Amino acid sequence: MPSDGKSTPATESRRSFVKETAALIIGAVVGVVPALTAAWVWLDPVRRKTSSGSAPFLKVATLEALPLDGLPRRFAVVAEKIDAWTRIAETPVGAVYLRRVADGSATGKITALNVVCPHAGCSVDFQPARPGYFCPCHNSTFATDGSINMPSSPSPRALDSLPVEVRGREIWVRFQNFQTGRHDRVPLA
Amino acid sequence: MKSLFDWLDDRTGWRKIAHEAASENIPGGARWRYVWGSTLTFALVTQFITGVMLWMYYSPSATSAWESVNYIQHVATGGWILRGIHNFMAQAMTVLLILHLLQVVIDGAYKAPREVNWWFGLGLLFLTLGLSLTGYLLPWDQKGYWATKVATNLAALTPFFGAEVQRLILGGADYGHHTLTRFFALHAGVLPAATVLLVVGHVALFRKHGITAKQPYRKPDARFWPDQVLADAVACLAVLAVVMFFTLRHHGAELSAPADASEEYPARPEWYFLFLFQFLKYFNGNQEIWGALVIPGLIAVVLGAMPLIARWRAGHRFNVVFLTVLLVGAGFLTWQAMDEDRRNPELQLALGRAKRDAARAVELARLRGGIPPAGAAEMLRQDYATQGPRLFARHCASCHRYEGHDGLGITRTEEYSAAAGDTWASIATNRATTEAQVRALNPTVNSPGAPSPGQKLRVPELASAPDLAGFGSRAWLAGLLDPAQVAGPRYYGGTKFREGKMVKYVRNKVAKFTPAQQAELQKVIAAVSAEAQLPGQRELEGRESGLIEAGRVATRDTLNCTDCHAFRKPDADVTGPDLTGWGSREWLVGVIHDPTHERFYGKSNDRMPKFGADGLLDSGTIGLLADWLRGGATVP
Repeated sequence: MPSDGKSTPATESRRSFVKETAALIIGAVVGVVPALTAAWVWLDPVRRKTSSGSAPFLKVATLEALPLDGLPRRFAVVAEKIDAWTRIAETPVGAVYLRRVADGSATGKITALNVVCPHAGCSVDFQPARPGYFCPCHNSTFATDGSINMPSSPSPRALDSLPVEVRGREIWVRFQNFQTGRHDRVPLA
Repeated sequence: MKSLFDWLDDRTGWRKIAHEAASENIPGGARWRYVWGSTLTFALVTQFITGVMLWMYYSPSATSAWESVNYIQHVATGGWILRGIHNFMAQAMTVLLILHLLQVVIDGAYKAPREVNWWFGLGLLFLTLGLSLTGYLLPWDQKGYWATKVATNLAALTPFFGAEVQRLILGGADYGHHTLTRFFALHAGVLPAATVLLVVGHVALFRKHGITAKQPYRKPDARFWPDQVLADAVACLAVLAVVMFFTLRHHGAELSAPADASEEYPARPEWYFLFLFQFLKYFNGNQEIWGALVIPGLIAVVLGAMPLIARWRAGHRFNVVFLTVLLVGAGFLTWQAMDEDRRNPELQLALGRAKRDAARAVELARLRGGIPPAGAAEMLRQDYATQGPRLFARHCASCHRYEGHDGLGITRTEEYSAAAGDTWASIATNRATTEAQVRALNPTVNSPGAPSPGQKLRVPELASAPDLAGFGSRAWLAGLLDPAQVAGPRYYGGTKFREGKMVKYVRNKVAKFTPAQQAELQKVIAAVSAEAQLPGQRELEGRESGLIEAGRVATRDTLNCTDCHAFRKPDADVTGPDLTGWGSREWLVGVIHDPTHERFYGKSNDRMPKFGADGLLDSGTIGLLADWLRGGATVP
């Protein structure tokens, strides 16, 4: 576009408008490509579902390790874990309180509670003196069977009980974690 | 909206700043030659955006860096695009820096009063090269590991306290976790921060002095917005298009095999450092410091002094010539380095090997649903497909062959003077190879039918033990039981069993087999090969269980193999190797452990070392070798 000195202010301003629009559009395209790519990759964890279906039963203890006295005992839950790129064959993925109460059957009644406090996710501690579970973070308290035993307890629900199976002499638990801070139980995928 | 902008303007004065930037005068109008600074700013911003996102996935340690980058490249959706943009934009930045530098020198934009801005620009050049160098190591793959190792070893040439300088760079005496944490801190912290500071200074000084307009003016003056901005935007779009082209073509950026100090790799720096790499070849041992530090340092000093040199009458011309010579020289050295590499067949083999290792590491991580905590390099060290060919080349290939080569694709050759009656075809047969290969080994010998007697030829070295490719398979056994092959180079030709009972049996008996006996032989081959339980024949053998059962009977009753060999039951007075489980993993591990065991060759063993019994190889290593020879293992 050689300037011949004949251009009027009107054509000048039209030219300028075309240039401005083109510059804005191209500038936007050039900026958006890297930014969108980055945002797309950043959102990857939201799109990624870690597991599907129900959690499997895991071997947690043997009957020998859990006396028939109704006292809760803490056991680590060991399972295979895939942490981003690392696959660990056996590593602790959580813990449960197991409790065996005589009910006339051969093995007794076995119950399992996830140690995670449903209030904010701290790990509760069984204190025989209370007796009951106590959360050291915000003082949630639970009875020995896991139910809330004080109106002042901040936890919105009882400790999460987990399904138990006895296979031979082994105690298997369907281990799962749940969203905290809610009245209902929503499994964490 | 307007009142919000008014409020903001009142508190910050942004309108005045924006107006000043937009209405900057461009004497002589907008021109393409002014776009380089803007494209570099665009490249830098892109690197910040993509770099921060890579940071969210990257883990700087010797056992997790490759693994996390592999995750970015192959697992995270879109991760490979992100990596590709970051990698190719870094390379584009180097090119743009050179173009910017050229334009500034040719247009005289470095002269007084812009000296300080020239120095800021040079600082940015070195910072960018530093970012490239540190970034190259971060994936902790073979390519980055070895290239960077060479670069940091050169740092040890620093006079007086070279060892200390090197320890500071590496974070210790050797490459490891602390090298990565240090490089990462430089790459994602120190160098970008310094770059931002210099860019701010660079742009501020550029605004203070204004553009150095190229004379003569072709057009009337224009404003930065929108005239020059449009040109800049188009140039940025072109840069992005090139970067995206390479990203898509290479599916992101290359990730070679996980770094392993025990696994050699031909170290080559990124292409824009190749000229320095090539330059070093011209300096022998004691003069290395000249090529690595002194001369590059002097060149940097001359570059820095350019505004001062330009004060002399011929100074500007000198600067232009100096820079041209420098770039042409670097270009020539780069071409030379690439050309030498292209002509180096061993380098190409090593690169191919590294490529296979990389693909295997990615495949294993995928098949196993993750990498063990010890890391990907350790995973490859325990992998039969990766280690098998190397172990074979190191321990077996002095006697055995694998498809005629040493397991890694290298064919050993020796000199041979052609005898009367030799043809290309007969030489090829004697050396267990093809006519084409013998001819390829002797490109200068130009006789069509046969080489003339006495002519010196390069031919594949004769093996002194059988070729083990496909060992245990039906095809391998069929070759052994072929009268034309049994004493040939692929089987017993180089061994003392050339005159042994097996060869005699095949040549005297099998050669005269009737068609009915030939049919029995096929059954025997199927039955004995089934002992090996090769992964590659599992499906076939499942379908042909009847044939195999018939072959087991024939092995004992019809062809009398059990006169010399034990087969599926113990036999005290046999002389040949046990055919029970012949070629199975357990059998192979056993024979490599101790071939002189009475179950195998006993006292008639021909030179094969007792690899396990004599402590040459541990049992795990022997297992890797056996798995590779058998073409598979129980775990992927």
